Amino acid sequence: MANTEHAAAAHDDHDHKPHGFWGRWLTTTNHKDIGTLYLVFSCVMFFLGGSFAMAIRAELFKPGLQFLDPALFNTLTTMHALIMIFGAVMPAFVGLANWLIPMQIGAPDMALPRMNNFSFWILPFAFTLLLATLFVPGGGPAGGWTMYPPLVLQTGSALPLMIFAIHLMGASSIMGSINVIVTIMNLRAPGMTLLRMPLFVWTWLITAYLLIAVMPVLAGAVTMLLTDHFFGTSFFNAAGGGDPVMFQHIFWFFGHPEVYIMILPAFGIVSEIIPTFSRKPLFGYDAMVYATASIAFLSFIVWAHHMFTVGMPLASELFFMLSTMLIAIPTGVKVFNWSTTMWKGSLSFEPPMLWAIAFLFLFSIGGFSGLMLAIAPADFQYQDTYFVVAHFHYVLVPGAVFAIMGAVYYWLPKWTGHMYDMKLAKWHFWLSTIFVNVLFFPQHFLGLAGMPRRIPDYATQFADWNMVSSIGGFGFGLSQLLFPLLIWQCVRGGAKATDRVWEGAHGLEWELPSPAPYHSWTEAPSLAVLEHGAPSHDTHG
Amino acid sequence: MSETHTDNSKYYVPHGSPWPILGSVALFCLMLGAVSLLNDWAGGWALLPGALLLASMFFGWFHTVIGENQHGIYNRQVDRSFRMGMMWFIFSEVMFFAAFFGALFYARQFSVPWTGGEGVKLVNKLFLWKHYDAGWPTNGPAHIGGRADGTFEVIPAFGLPAVNTLILLTSGLTVTLAHHALRAGHRGALKFWLACTFLLGFTFVGLQAHEYGEAYRELGLRLSTGIYGSTFFMLTGFHGLHVTIGAIMLTIIWLRTLKGHFTPNNHFAFEAVAWYWHFVDVVWLGLFVFVYWI
Amino acid sequence: MMTKTSRISIAALAAAGSMAAPAAQAAWTLNMTPGISAMSRAIYSLHMLMFWWCVGIAVVVFGFMIFSLVRFRKSTGAVADTKMLHNTRVEIVWTLVPVLILISMAVPAARVLVQTEDLAGAKLTIRVTGYQWKWGYEYLDSGVSVLSTLDRDSNHARELGSGIDPNTVPNYLLSVDHPLVVPAGVKVRLLITSQDVIHSWWVPALAIKKDAIPGFINEAWFDIDADKIGTYRGQCAELCGRDHGFMPIVLEVKSKQDFEQWLKSQQETAKQAAPAAG
Ligand code: HEA
Ligand code: HEA
Ligand code: CUA
Ligand SMILES: [Cu+2]
Repeated sequence: MANTEHAAAAHDDHDHKPHGFWGRWLTTTNHKDIGTLYLVFSCVMFFLGGSFAMAIRAELFKPGLQFLDPALFNTLTTMHALIMIFGAVMPAFVGLANWLIPMQIGAPDMALPRMNNFSFWILPFAFTLLLATLFVPGGGPAGGWTMYPPLVLQTGSALPLMIFAIHLMGASSIMGSINVIVTIMNLRAPGMTLLRMPLFVWTWLITAYLLIAVMPVLAGAVTMLLTDHFFGTSFFNAAGGGDPVMFQHIFWFFGHPEVYIMILPAFGIVSEIIPTFSRKPLFGYDAMVYATASIAFLSFIVWAHHMFTVGMPLASELFFMLSTMLIAIPTGVKVFNWSTTMWKGSLSFEPPMLWAIAFLFLFSIGGFSGLMLAIAPADFQYQDTYFVVAHFHYVLVPGAVFAIMGAVYYWLPKWTGHMYDMKLAKWHFWLSTIFVNVLFFPQHFLGLAGMPRRIPDYATQFADWNMVSSIGGFGFGLSQLLFPLLIWQCVRGGAKATDRVWEGAHGLEWELPSPAPYHSWTEAPSLAVLEHGAPSHDTHG
Repeated sequence: MSETHTDNSKYYVPHGSPWPILGSVALFCLMLGAVSLLNDWAGGWALLPGALLLASMFFGWFHTVIGENQHGIYNRQVDRSFRMGMMWFIFSEVMFFAAFFGALFYARQFSVPWTGGEGVKLVNKLFLWKHYDAGWPTNGPAHIGGRADGTFEVIPAFGLPAVNTLILLTSGLTVTLAHHALRAGHRGALKFWLACTFLLGFTFVGLQAHEYGEAYRELGLRLSTGIYGSTFFMLTGFHGLHVTIGAIMLTIIWLRTLKGHFTPNNHFAFEAVAWYWHFVDVVWLGLFVFVYWI
Repeated sequence: MMTKTSRISIAALAAAGSMAAPAAQAAWTLNMTPGISAMSRAIYSLHMLMFWWCVGIAVVVFGFMIFSLVRFRKSTGAVADTKMLHNTRVEIVWTLVPVLILISMAVPAARVLVQTEDLAGAKLTIRVTGYQWKWGYEYLDSGVSVLSTLDRDSNHARELGSGIDPNTVPNYLLSVDHPLVVPAGVKVRLLITSQDVIHSWWVPALAIKKDAIPGFINEAWFDIDADKIGTYRGQCAELCGRDHGFMPIVLEVKSKQDFEQWLKSQQETAKQAAPAAG
């Protein structure tokens, strides 16, 4: 697979970063620059989506409408979700992929560097379109991130803006994932066989396949919304022979794989961090790979578990209930493998490990509530309540977002060449972990007690837990301010990081100097240093 | 790629490039134009700046890449990257069509029979759509669109569509012949078969346009003719768009062969376009069977 | 070793137990209502079954993790066993055991699911129609129909800047002008549909949530215990626009006789109103 040809390349050296701020960042084809752009963009979007969430939590602080019009509240919910999913979590993972995949597989850069730049720079424009919806006649989109017709077709001038924004995000994701696949399949160093790839690379490879398969389907779904609204088609109109529920099928055919798109790279990150700080190779590497692939496969046949209440035939309900339950098996394999990796290890608790451990516990809690939701008759009671909101925030915030935090704390010294402020990092971790539970755990109770989601105001018996949840929300939000502060400090200076950075770190990226050079591997590295399973002998960490 | 290793760079990493950012701006302008048009904020001209920018981006980008290729900068590995990239791009296109085929199947298998009260959904007929007898083709229980009286006719499969099928299949053959000619170094045959291919492609588009005109004027079959019109025009329309793009790409490839581009072992662009053309072909077969025929 | 894990599991159980404790009256409610019909109780038991399985699995898995986190700290001198790469036997076990657990969940779940679809023997049919933002109810066999909207007090108090404290409004956001009146001890069939966008008709005490979809009819049924006379409340459970939060459902459960009487009186008023209107 790996390259052995040494074709003469008639070009000048590329060692120097392009000069000038705009010249460098607008036109860059360098995987590290593009990775940085993605990560910075994602951080900005996280804060923006988070501020919308703060507005939601403030409105829900006590019963009675406080300061938001109901339509605006719905818009904030919709935008919060779209921004967090497409603006914060997905670009963060793509940014990490850009930074790490070439370093981890021994490649000089991504395979299609110009297209790489294109995938990133589409995003700011896409989000400009999306945010512009807030300022057009008729208000922003307020139909939820799931955009169900006929409701979403009542949107005013914002509708085409939102739809084209989604088209652009899809184009960006597709190009990004083509790049990931091609890089992994074509640019591995000699000897880096598929089953020796780091798990982060594996999970991203599988994620990229998911993305290419489902983003076009989302594009198709929103295109049908567009034509139903503007050109008189009847896809989602029963009078013309269509069906509003048809949209839900198409949407969730995208939407369910989408939620695994937001968790598989997180699985990869956790699979990198836990062995390092257990000083022990990952337990059951092969099983981890197969489990990831099984989850990805299953994700295509479970979509209608989001639709148990739409009135599907009994056979479909049964099928989707059972197929959904199956996902617990490969996911369980992963959880057990991580736990067993720590067993008989030599554990230390630096910040990345703390995030990974919190991930193990809190993601599992989110998974358990997911399994409860999969039980169709029980879901009749849970569906569209705060129990669902609690479920998906557990898998998304202390799941995906915590893994991203862990990843940044893990690789930041490699990126900047500096160690960060460990004490501040631990504060960030502990505050986040405590508050995230105060924020989301009570939402289980609210849902079970009967509070529907997507409402700006509620009956008084829900007041107590809502107040607790809002307090947790503000605490969690404020704690996040430590994060950019810490990164800024680390970029500016700090103790010099060693090449290996962490004592137990293992993998090609740690063989590069810190900070990593502008072009990762100018020559394919030898894998002899990485004998499968052998821990590092390097002690300077 | 660093100064110390310039002697044996294994992999080509391009300099910063202005084309992608230009492309992003172009897409942004194009979409703003489309939004303005749909929201009646501006006329059709609003699309123009974006379209021009997009065209210049494609021109500039491909110009650069072709130039680099002609200078022999690319090695086999880069070539393989391009191939894989193109294959996965085509796969994403397949999934885009899958969404619309999915809509077609869902409507035929589920929503239409259900509105007609089939199976457990008998109540739909008893209470909502009393006078509707579900069947296919249909424009729904309320007879949306169509002629003034709500009726419409469909285009029979074994008329023009069958001719178009033959045309596309033939063009699939000619592009393969062109490929063989290219590999065998027969430049004359290459040019001939390639020209045949895009001419057939444009003929297909022309016939399709003629068919659309007839459907709109005489058959009462329009985009707004219920679910049949919706699926028919969205599927064949997106397909026709792809044929048009493919035929334009074939023309460009043909112009390049006239300029002497491509060698028997280095002709990625040719192959990429040929794959794309086969993809368009296969989609058409699906359309012919599921949209026109059964 | 054993004592440590068991102590942890007891603590976890206690924590979980407090979650499953009987629901407090209004505030600080922790759990779902068991409801007022055999079906809602069956669903409640499924929920509790799932909950306890999850607690049990969590105790084992989290216990194992916590044990490792405590026992194998580097700071206490733990040395890593780097030869531990995988173990086929263990891996088979932790694939198969979850399969068995899942089967034990799936069987009762499937059984309840089949029951929810069993509409045979319904004695009374009510058509439920969602509108932005109110509910319409038609008693199909007797021609009585009711339009049900948020009651006036709640509607005033919920305005932005109304200055009214929601706590002073009885059943804030959960009361309507005309409730849905149904008999206890009778199997009732609902035909649920919508006139505009998708809504969802949800009454937790019945464990029924069914989407109201324009152009289609969904069916559901309930059979309330004869002794559960009273008022029960629910809400629209599918985002349906601006006032999605303000279209509650109120169910007034009457005894069979009271219900017949109520229906008659409704028919009378309808008859009187009809000629006047015509
Ligand atoms: C990262 C995102 C993510 C992830 C990973 C998951 C994981 C899962 N989700 Fe979740 N889900 C969402 C994001 C996610 N979900 C979102 C965003 C929504 C709402 C969308 C919306 O409506 O807006 C949603 C909604 C949702 C619903 C619909 C609820 C409703 O609207 O009524 C359902 C129903 O089945 C569901 C199920 C599951 C299941 C079974 C898993 C499983 O993958 C979980 C598997 C994990 C475990 C089970 C835990 C670990 C396992 C073990 C320790 C092994 C032993 C366990 C057993 C044998 C039980 N999810
Ligand atoms: C990856 C995805 C993701 C992430 C990270 C989050 C993060 C958060 N979410 Fe979100 N959420 C969704 C995905 C996500 N959510 C989705 C898909 C929905 C469903 C939407 C729908 O129904 O259509 C949803 C819906 C949703 C709801 C339900 C709304 C409703 O039904 O009406 C709520 C309510 O509490 C909520 C809260 C939060 C909070 C408090 C956070 C916090 O974790 C955010 C923390 C971050 C910050 C706060 C930013 C950083 C700090 C500052 C900006 C400083 C200023 C701070 C203060 C002033 C205190 N979310
Ligand atoms: Cu009606 Cu929500
Ligand atoms: Cu799902």
